[in-house]
Amino acid sequence: MSPQLSTPSKVPFFRDIRTLKWALQILALLAVFAMFYWLYGNYQENVAKSSIQTDLRFLDNPANFTIPGNDLDQSQPVRDAFVEGFLNTLRVAFIGIALATILGTLIGIARLSKNFMVRTLGTVYVELVRNLPLLLLLTFMNLAVVLQAFPRIENAWLPLDLFVVSNRGIAIPWFIGSPAQLGIGILSAALLAFVVAKIRIRQADKTGKQDRAWLVGIATFVFLVVLIWLLFGYGWELPYVDGRGTTGGLRLDPSFFALVASLVIYTSSHIAEIVRGSILAVSRGQGEAADAIALSGSQKMRLIILPQAFRIAMPALGNQYLNLIKNSSLGATISYFELTQIAQITVGNGSPAVPAFSLTLLVYLAISLVTSLVVNFFNRRLALVER
Amino acid sequence: MITWMRRNLFRSITDTILTVISGSILGYVIFQVFQFVFITGRWEIIQVNLKILLVGRFPEELMFLVGFSILATCFSIASLASGMNRPIDQPPTLAGKLWGLFQRFGLIIATSAFLIVLAGDMAAVLFGAYVVLSIFAGRLFGIARRNTPLKRLPGWLWVAINATLPLVLIFLTMGQAALEEWGGFLINFYLAVVSIALSFPLGVMLALGRRSTLPLLRWLSTAYIELIRGAPLFVLLLLAGVALEFFIPASIAPDAIFRAVTVFTLFTAAYLAEVIRGGLQSIPKGQAEAGKALGLSTFRITFLITLPQALRNVIPAQIGQFISLFKDTTLAGVALSVFDLLNVGTAITKQDDYLGQGLIYESLAFVGLLFWVGSYVMSRESQRIEKKLGVGIR
Repeated sequence: MSPQLSTPSKVPFFRDIRTLKWALQILALLAVFAMFYWLYGNYQENVAKSSIQTDLRFLDNPANFTIPGNDLDQSQPVRDAFVEGFLNTLRVAFIGIALATILGTLIGIARLSKNFMVRTLGTVYVELVRNLPLLLLLTFMNLAVVLQAFPRIENAWLPLDLFVVSNRGIAIPWFIGSPAQLGIGILSAALLAFVVAKIRIRQADKTGKQDRAWLVGIATFVFLVVLIWLLFGYGWELPYVDGRGTTGGLRLDPSFFALVASLVIYTSSHIAEIVRGSILAVSRGQGEAADAIALSGSQKMRLIILPQAFRIAMPALGNQYLNLIKNSSLGATISYFELTQIAQITVGNGSPAVPAFSLTLLVYLAISLVTSLVVNFFNRRLALVER
Repeated sequence: MITWMRRNLFRSITDTILTVISGSILGYVIFQVFQFVFITGRWEIIQVNLKILLVGRFPEELMFLVGFSILATCFSIASLASGMNRPIDQPPTLAGKLWGLFQRFGLIIATSAFLIVLAGDMAAVLFGAYVVLSIFAGRLFGIARRNTPLKRLPGWLWVAINATLPLVLIFLTMGQAALEEWGGFLINFYLAVVSIALSFPLGVMLALGRRSTLPLLRWLSTAYIELIRGAPLFVLLLLAGVALEFFIPASIAPDAIFRAVTVFTLFTAAYLAEVIRGGLQSIPKGQAEAGKALGLSTFRITFLITLPQALRNVIPAQIGQFISLFKDTTLAGVALSVFDLLNVGTAITKQDDYLGQGLIYESLAFVGLLFWVGSYVMSRESQRIEKKLGVGIR
């Protein structure tokens, strides 16, 4: 008689793995709901007690404050102030990202240089900046550099007589005319330059000569800008000191300068490390192959190594860009009128705190999402197509 | 030497120009720093305010507790470190050992010596001597463990014995003085340590949740992580500052430090979860499958096989996250008016004796030094631990 093989009897439902799994999940969901319910209940209770608005009606109230460098009226609604803050955040983000990428790439390359001095300089910069809090850099830039090292307006520095640097901000030469005219002019010149460079590359591909597309493109761009300037009589305007302020040119707020400078310094040290790591991650054979076909040092870097390194660096770079955008909220600590500062002021002026800050958070979330979409798009464009 | 110079400094004309330019920038910076530190800097503002910079308004009569906590921590770390098995491939020479010690601890020793000189009283010197003594005692205790019957102690008991004393002292210190009296560097340190300790388990749970096969758990974790990662820490802190009392009943009445710890914990956990998820993804499937073949439960496979390896693989990234948390503790100072090191540093330049004298350089340099040394030592140690655990080799 053979021993009875245990027939797979039906598992009771409370020991069935599927039931258990769903029970666990539903339990977790219930816990989360319970917590939210508790928090929301408290919120309702407290709001009822202090009779504070809970919706976004406050956006229509008058703002009651002005933004320096902007013709926002005190009686305009809070909504306009928020829009202006949003634009200021975008301004800082765009300029900061562009400058930090350039500086970071240069320093990342410098850290791998064969030249001892250049290498040391890069290492000192990265190790020094990376280990300091951003807020410390920002405070230093604001209190020590802009407000203390920069001269008063009476004896402002005038480097090359083009700029006016004082503790009331930095004025740079700027184009006369409306921003739209400037934008259209530059955009059309850039577009034409791009087309010319593309044609040039196609020609070079046929003939096998060097394309020098960058050189040709930039030359076209400069030529077109000069042409527009001559034809339409637009021009540059130099800033000059005028009593207690500056006239002409474009005036950058001292807080804007401090914020952008510290964000660029801080983020570039992180970008430098990413670029360095990515260059090291490009396989050695690529550089050796470039040497074998006798490319010069800069050609090897520009045409062979960096394009591949940026493919590797792209996701990490995207993270740094997101960090820079989020860190621009620190502008509020030095009264730069970006989104967070606007939210803080309106809350101080009596707008309800929870909706105002929630709106701010949502805007940052939206900016982050759009940025990561853009980064992902480029990442997919750059990614190696493998079979 | 000449060959080295020709290779590294003057390979070509462009190279020579680069050398001259960067050399002069470097030389100028070094000269300026040297001049500032030794000649033009007026360091008496730091000297006078040293106590408030380091511990804030911490009550004088309880300072001995802080001192004892530091001593006990040094003792435990020294004895635990000497108990660890070291690589046996090549016994280092005495000079090599000293050089290694200098690389690891030189910066901390130099900073401590600097602080003692700055404090400039007998108590500080004595305290320094006690620290050295406690480190030696810890090492002796550690060596004793290897060479006496103590070696029969199980490892966890050994760690527990060592960890008890400092933890008891630290909790005693926390219980004795009201948190509002804490300040200066102590508060940055406290915020960082508590938030790290709390965010780590939360981060692990979120990472496991995001990798889970259970859809609801996965969605919840993912939503949490992405929402937090899309928000700036500073705005979250501001929100906690003005809005937390709407959500939490007044009976709990969170103070500023509690709010800061909450936000830092929730924030860091989301980032940490992404780091740990990266580690989990780097573990080959075979590991979990081998665990299944041995008949281990999912729970055991996770906590005994995949998670330990995953955590080991991402040590530098985890510690990098902790470093940025340590640096971000300065945000609590502005957003929640906590009297932290940076806040104290800017506040002391507005004292009556120093107002309008432009001493912000001195004060920020001191603040920066403490943060820099802390972060730099942490990142160095993370690289050392990574090498020691043989990531990528074993």
